[in-house]
Amino acid sequence: MANPTAARWIASERFREPKKVESVLDLVGETPLLEIRKIPEGISPGVRIFAKLEGMNPGGSVKDRPALKMIQEGIKSGKLAAGKTIIDSTSGNTGIALAMIGRVLDYPVELVMPSNVSAERKRIIGAYGAKVTYSDQLEGSDGAIRLCRKILEQNPDKYFKPDQYFNPMNSQAHYETTGPEVYRQTAGRITHFIAGIGTSGTIMGAGRYLKEKNSKIRVIAVEPDDALHGLEGLKHMATSIVPGIYHEDALDEKIPATTEDAYAMVYRLAQEEGILVGQSSGAAMHATLQIARKLRSGVLVTIFPDFGDKYLTTNLWVGWRDRMSVGNLKFSI
Amino acid sequence: MSVRVRMPTPLRKFTNGADEVAAQGQNVRALVDDLEKSYPGIKERICDETGKIRRFVNVYVNGDDIRFLQNLETSLKEGDNISIVPAIAGG
Repeated sequence: MANPTAARWIASERFREPKKVESVLDLVGETPLLEIRKIPEGISPGVRIFAKLEGMNPGGSVKDRPALKMIQEGIKSGKLAAGKTIIDSTSGNTGIALAMIGRVLDYPVELVMPSNVSAERKRIIGAYGAKVTYSDQLEGSDGAIRLCRKILEQNPDKYFKPDQYFNPMNSQAHYETTGPEVYRQTAGRITHFIAGIGTSGTIMGAGRYLKEKNSKIRVIAVEPDDALHGLEGLKHMATSIVPGIYHEDALDEKIPATTEDAYAMVYRLAQEEGILVGQSSGAAMHATLQIARKLRSGVLVTIFPDFGDKYLTTNLWVGWRDRMSVGNLKFSI
Repeated sequence: MSVRVRMPTPLRKFTNGADEVAAQGQNVRALVDDLEKSYPGIKERICDETGKIRRFVNVYVNGDDIRFLQNLETSLKEGDNISIVPAIAGG
């Protein structure tokens, strides 16, 4: 006899017709929503939680969307003319997306990243053949922003810079794709949209779309609780170069996430839900669960920006068993 | 005995903006305590409530991660270069 979980899955007989596409870029977007069913045990039965799996994008993260949109606009406007090189500063995922798109569309790509980005990211970007300049690891991603500006000033005609922190096309990508997808996938029943802030593109763009559809939808940002944090991909706004596309007044609420809680949630997602994600997804899930516990009913959608395979060599997984032994998980949440 | 400690941006508010400071200590544990004396509040950012280095903070002695040396007991000598490096923020 199968256990009840397994029996329910067998009975559902779900199959999907695979897509057929001409370009890897045709695979960007239209990511699935996964219902999170085990971790929210004990919340009101009227509350449902869904996570949008942005790791399903071909470059492995949510950043494929804004990167593609910014490149498209660059080509249309003529700024990204033949012979130009694409350059930007990144903490990794945007770099992977740009490196991939550059290959498909035949543009060289140069990226500026802090030297302590994960080894996996460095290797993925290398595999796509992009050139990387490393900035001082002590300066974090703001140091990469500044170094990239300097390189651009020295050779302005050589480059096209998507400028993800300041390009309105970043959030526009989410306004045009992520927001509508979430609304459609929940048949318009979404009540809360929760996402972490890095450049803030996701929450600004998708949030704006959702508010236009239904002004009662709550748009909630998740950010690291402190300037010194281990949530690779997220930004602590009060102590960072604030992205030009970020408008705090568009948010209903901001929830701080500690690195420890986010990491613990990553372990739970792997072991209880069978989905291995990165630390920013852990932060998003942790915040979503906090909101869910206060509600009697609602449809909560959060964004899981990427999967966890890019972080296996980072501190997220170094010594984790000492604190969370398998089968006997203890959490502060 | 004095060593040099390079500070990451998020900790420079404790050091009046200095990106490098001089400090004392026979090992990393003593060094962190010495930093706390000069820059009150900095220790709890680097160490958790049990006194261990927070997992997302990396401390390097002459380029080597102390996790692969003797952690807080890693001994220091005159002129060593220490770096405190956090994880990476967004985008």
